[in-house]
Amino acid sequence: METQPDQNLGIVVTGSVEKGTDVRLDSSASVEDMVVGRYVTIEGKKRRFFGMVTDISLGVTDEEITISPPDTSDAFTAEILEGTATYGSLHVLPMLTISGDVNSVIEEPQPVKTVPSHFSRVKLASEADMERVFGKENNTNYHIGNPLDMETKLCLDLEKLVKRSNGIFGKSGTGKTFLTRLLLIGMLQKSKATNLIFDMHNEYGWAGSFEGGKGGVKALKQLFPSKVAVFTLDEENSRYRGVSTDFVVRIGFDEIDPEDISLLRQTLNLTDQAVEAVYQLRRHLGKNWMQLTLDMSDSEQIEQMLQKLNIHEGSFANLRRGLAAIRRLPFLVPHAQVNAVDSILEYLDRGMNVVLEFGRHRDITAYMLVANMLARRIYKRYQEKTEVAMAGKVTAPTPLVITIEEAHKFLNHEIANQTIFGEIAREMRKYNVTLLVIDQRPSAIDEEIMSQLGTKITCLLDNEKDIEAVLAGVNGKNDLKTVLARLAPKQQALIFGHAVPMPVAFRPRDWGTTKSYEEFTRGGDSTKQAEKDIRELFE
Amino acid sequence: MSTKLGEIIESNSTEFTAESYELHDVPALGSLVKITSPQLDIFGIVCQSGTSGIEPGRRPIARGKDETSEQAVYQSSPQLMKLLRSEFRVLVMGHKIDDKIIQYLPPTPAHIHAFVHPCTTEEIQQFSRSFGFLSILINNRLPISTEELVAATLREMSKVQPDPHAFLVAAGKALTITLSGEYHRLKTILARIRQ
Repeated sequence: METQPDQNLGIVVTGSVEKGTDVRLDSSASVEDMVVGRYVTIEGKKRRFFGMVTDISLGVTDEEITISPPDTSDAFTAEILEGTATYGSLHVLPMLTISGDVNSVIEEPQPVKTVPSHFSRVKLASEADMERVFGKENNTNYHIGNPLDMETKLCLDLEKLVKRSNGIFGKSGTGKTFLTRLLLIGMLQKSKATNLIFDMHNEYGWAGSFEGGKGGVKALKQLFPSKVAVFTLDEENSRYRGVSTDFVVRIGFDEIDPEDISLLRQTLNLTDQAVEAVYQLRRHLGKNWMQLTLDMSDSEQIEQMLQKLNIHEGSFANLRRGLAAIRRLPFLVPHAQVNAVDSILEYLDRGMNVVLEFGRHRDITAYMLVANMLARRIYKRYQEKTEVAMAGKVTAPTPLVITIEEAHKFLNHEIANQTIFGEIAREMRKYNVTLLVIDQRPSAIDEEIMSQLGTKITCLLDNEKDIEAVLAGVNGKNDLKTVLARLAPKQQALIFGHAVPMPVAFRPRDWGTTKSYEEFTRGGDSTKQAEKDIRELFE
Repeated sequence: MSTKLGEIIESNSTEFTAESYELHDVPALGSLVKITSPQLDIFGIVCQSGTSGIEPGRRPIARGKDETSEQAVYQSSPQLMKLLRSEFRVLVMGHKIDDKIIQYLPPTPAHIHAFVHPCTTEEIQQFSRSFGFLSILINNRLPISTEELVAATLREMSKVQPDPHAFLVAAGKALTITLSGEYHRLKTILARIRQ
């Protein structure tokens, strides 16, 4: 028999605030109907608790039963022992208190500070309870998916979400890109923030690939052509894929600063001395230092300069090798006609969302160089604008969310302090810029950065270190570990942090079907449609 | 008035012994019987029965060497019907107050010479709605094995239930709680009531 929502599951038999409560299942409720990650309500004497099932176990009153269990053919004995001498038990982690009285309807669910009393009845959470906890879809609340095994919509308050940096984690192939696309669509519609996406694998702009399916799925620009601009570093590749691009990004050598090179120290295999030399060369040769350094051919001239600047010959050679690798990137030109940063800012100011496609330049050097360069300059402009706004003259710039993939390359322990992304993550919303970090090795990301992420969404992770890193500092960490480790390899994720009242395991909503596209685009224009309807009503 | 099964010849608070009016005509082991009196109706469960000579020191002797059947033995020696008697022991399980059957000992024992009657289907059903009697059976010092008697009682009671299987499962669950920590005894009983 399927467990009905209003059915009593069992009663609370033990409990602690720290470890959660143990619930003994009634013999009428089948242990096999219970699922880790399900939501239940506990009817305490004074308040109701909302919690999540984090473990399910079988118990016996007499150890003898485990030693000489009844014969498998003996259904009669098994039927008698079930629910009496042998029983199912749930471990429930109460997370919120919601009460059913009049006052509480106005009150928001509160975090738990106590446990329900002995023998409180436990039921599956009703749709109404779920709605009270997870919110309804409206102008700021975005339906991101459904809690596992439930029809209720899980809604995220996106305005609240974009106020802090967020992270999406998961092993490769678990649906990070899919989730990111979903979240970006939401932000595009409901957050009032603009997005800048460094799209390493060309997944977000025009069309994305679909694992296990033929062909691709539509991405942002196809669904919201008026709101999204696609910038590309590889025009030819974009054209080949049939993407209508808005701007081709070219970066001049003269735009590259020593800071940009120092970040690439690991990827370019530069020594510390070589990095030090970059700063000296910039001071000595001026803005066009990179071009000049690479073009120097007169060995005497080089020797003189190196002596003057006190640079070791080996370091210089090491640096030249590194710079040559950068110069080979086809989107780098001696001097760019149009400044990419200005163009991006111009689009962002108009409220457009910018996706920067990398085309075939998928190696990490190109990605890090460009993402860092552009982000730093854009962040600087935002900083200036915000400071002017603080002085009271103009309004603050629209919040900006920068999406980066392979985040551990930018935010690892060694360079998190140097990259602009480290700074954005730490300073958070001070300058109206936040990050959406996408990564598969969260353990490689600096702890300080991880702790600053407001909301984390994680798909399946199976490396112990990664799980530890993602769940660091979360209440009920050990219980969540069980939930996280049991997520399906695809289309299931766990969300916790600032934007949700409690951790939730959920199934993201559909993407890729015609119906889903309709729902997304309709959702975006619903307010406009409503306004239009109202106008027509009075005309 | 229902048929009489016998008459009490020995009685105390917890049990009584009754003699059957007909030789060998004793109620089944574990069956529910009652004693009706103007003051009190007492219910009990048959826990042992047997037949022996009326004189304690004189044991019956074998008589059937030349007979073809047991029946023929009794026919050729009709005095046996008078020299032997059948008795049964009943454990007191409860009594009736205001038409309600209560499963604990009555304030006074049954009288000698009171008649013992079988219970009706309705009475057995009413009595077996509660399983309090199981703990009385289990905690009594019995002339036969407790497990045997409990199983016999439940088997007898299940015969008159609308759903015998459901009755036995419910009884089994009640036993599990009463016999908690004594899994092997429980298993022995369950093996004897399994259908």
